[in-house]
Amino acid sequence: MIKMRNIRKLYNTGTVQFEALRGISLEIAGNEYIAIVGPSGSGKSTLMNLLGCLDKPTTGEYHLSDKLVNEMTSNELAEIRNKEVGFVFQAFNLLPYASAFENVELPLLFSGVPGKIRRRRVEALLKRVGLSDKMENKPTEMSGGEMQRTAIARALANNPQLILADEPTGNLDTKSGGGIIKIFDELHEAGHTVILITHDMNIANHCHRIIRLKDGLIDNGNGVPSGEAAPN
Amino acid sequence: MKLSIVYNVFMRDFRKQRKRIILTLVAIMWGTMSIMLLLAFGEGLKQQLTKGSRGMGEGIVVVWGGQTSIPHAGFGKGRRINLHEEDIAYLEKSVPQMIHIAGEYIRWGVSIRYGNNILSERINGVYPEYREMRVMYPQFGGRMINQNDMDQKRRVAFIGDKLKDRLFGAEDPVGKMFYIQDLPFTVVGVLKHKIQTNSYQGMDEDVIVIPATTFVTIFGDPYLDNLVYQLHPEDDSKAVEKNVYAAMGAKYKFHPDDEQALGLWDTVEGEKMEHQFLLGIQIFLGIIGALTLLIAAVGVANIMYVSVKERTREIGIKMAIGARRIYIIAQFLMEALGITFLGGFFGILITYIITEIFKRIEIQSEIFNFMGKPTVSLDIGLIVALILGFMGFISGIFPAMRAASVNPVEALRYE
Repeated sequence: MIKMRNIRKLYNTGTVQFEALRGISLEIAGNEYIAIVGPSGSGKSTLMNLLGCLDKPTTGEYHLSDKLVNEMTSNELAEIRNKEVGFVFQAFNLLPYASAFENVELPLLFSGVPGKIRRRRVEALLKRVGLSDKMENKPTEMSGGEMQRTAIARALANNPQLILADEPTGNLDTKSGGGIIKIFDELHEAGHTVILITHDMNIANHCHRIIRLKDGLIDNGNGVPSGEAAPN
Repeated sequence: MKLSIVYNVFMRDFRKQRKRIILTLVAIMWGTMSIMLLLAFGEGLKQQLTKGSRGMGEGIVVVWGGQTSIPHAGFGKGRRINLHEEDIAYLEKSVPQMIHIAGEYIRWGVSIRYGNNILSERINGVYPEYREMRVMYPQFGGRMINQNDMDQKRRVAFIGDKLKDRLFGAEDPVGKMFYIQDLPFTVVGVLKHKIQTNSYQGMDEDVIVIPATTFVTIFGDPYLDNLVYQLHPEDDSKAVEKNVYAAMGAKYKFHPDDEQALGLWDTVEGEKMEHQFLLGIQIFLGIIGALTLLIAAVGVANIMYVSVKERTREIGIKMAIGARRIYIIAQFLMEALGITFLGGFFGILITYIITEIFKRIEIQSEIFNFMGKPTVSLDIGLIVALILGFMGFISGIFPAMRAASVNPVEALRYE
């Protein structure tokens, strides 16, 4: 499903140049359940943003469902973000003035789904994450766990195959975090490919495959970081 | 790009971000309204002052007799020059620029009586040309002195509207008889109210006007008190003045440069001055208006700019979940158009309501006499609303375009 070859990402902040990813190659099949781990600054989030088409690599090739992402126009990328990838952020990134319902509805608005279908779909999604009774609540009226479940419902709006989560439990207590991980388990069982970043080794070990990052490279545990990820 | 998508998102955000939108709307409304009102009252003042200065007539020059101060043609100085009836026809012929010319007799302190009401008033003996020259229009149901009155030396009178109140009270005086020095006169008309801000013998609202021929018959005045002529406001009144002195000098044997021989009041010059003055007021109001506009524009820009941080994150979120760049920008465009339209509409509406209220309430006060009726300029309102809307749009669209042109990750990270 995902094929990355020799991906590099260079950040250029005027005076300082920083290479966040230094040549990463990996393959991910459909319906995998993957944890990405590594210390701060190892390039986890950068890799995740590239996987989610939120950013483009400086060099290298990225194939998502047999499409070459790194040569796409901004509109094509928007289309992919809308329909093929669901992204869950650590900071939730919900629109503050909009209710849970309206936040989940937004991706459907952008894909032009008609109003009636939209309503049915949003209600079903919020039910699925256990927020049927909080549909009209705004983010300020929800707990962290509820906000993150809203964000997951939003990520699922257009039923994407790939679900990406950048430290989805990072801002939550253990109990709420556990609830969130349970939802990811269910999504994986339902056939989605789930990739998440975590610091929590319990969560990482719970996944089926772990990708370790160190200094912008993949660490296979043999003491020699390299670009190649070990197969499953 | 699907318009329905932009519209759906726009309508939703529009309802959701009420505070910012209402603030921007009020800023545009307020700016439009204050500038429109400022200029409306300015225009009202200008019209009122112009009307007032024309209350005596436009392009009027008044001439009266004087004493020579330069020896000329064998005569010494200090000789009295008097004006005669025949000078009217003479000047009309020798100075062709005059639109109208007429003579005028004046007598102060004449006793008049109606019933038991006795007053001491000013009587003017005039020519029918006075009607047009000096804006002496009658109220409905009456008339001004005419040529027949002149020819037949009728004992008829045209009276000022304020004098009418003093002499006749609430009665309709037209057709009624009253006495001037115990001679019966019939009122043929009452002056239609006018605003007069300058005069050379008293206000027209206080005068009794009778035919010049009747005046001479009763009072026996040998000389005219004044010659009054009218020029086009654009005419060179100084040149005409020179011609008048030359023509009269030739007739009465005084030096054409002898300015003491004839008195002369040129309102055309005064009108030019007044025009400059009004222009000054308008420039002044224009500057205040421009500054007000600037403040309003800064206000609008400020509101838009303050929300940049919040909106940049919002744009980042929208982009991250699949909004195309054009949707973001189209939304800003619609928002600016909507706010400008509504703000401008309400600003113009409120301006009209306020000015209509001002026009409707009848305040009999000297101040309001000068202030006049506010006159709204719709063009200015539209221009102001557009400028303010444009300012809001500009201050919002650039951050939005920046946010939409970078990667969603960067927009999300914006602090």
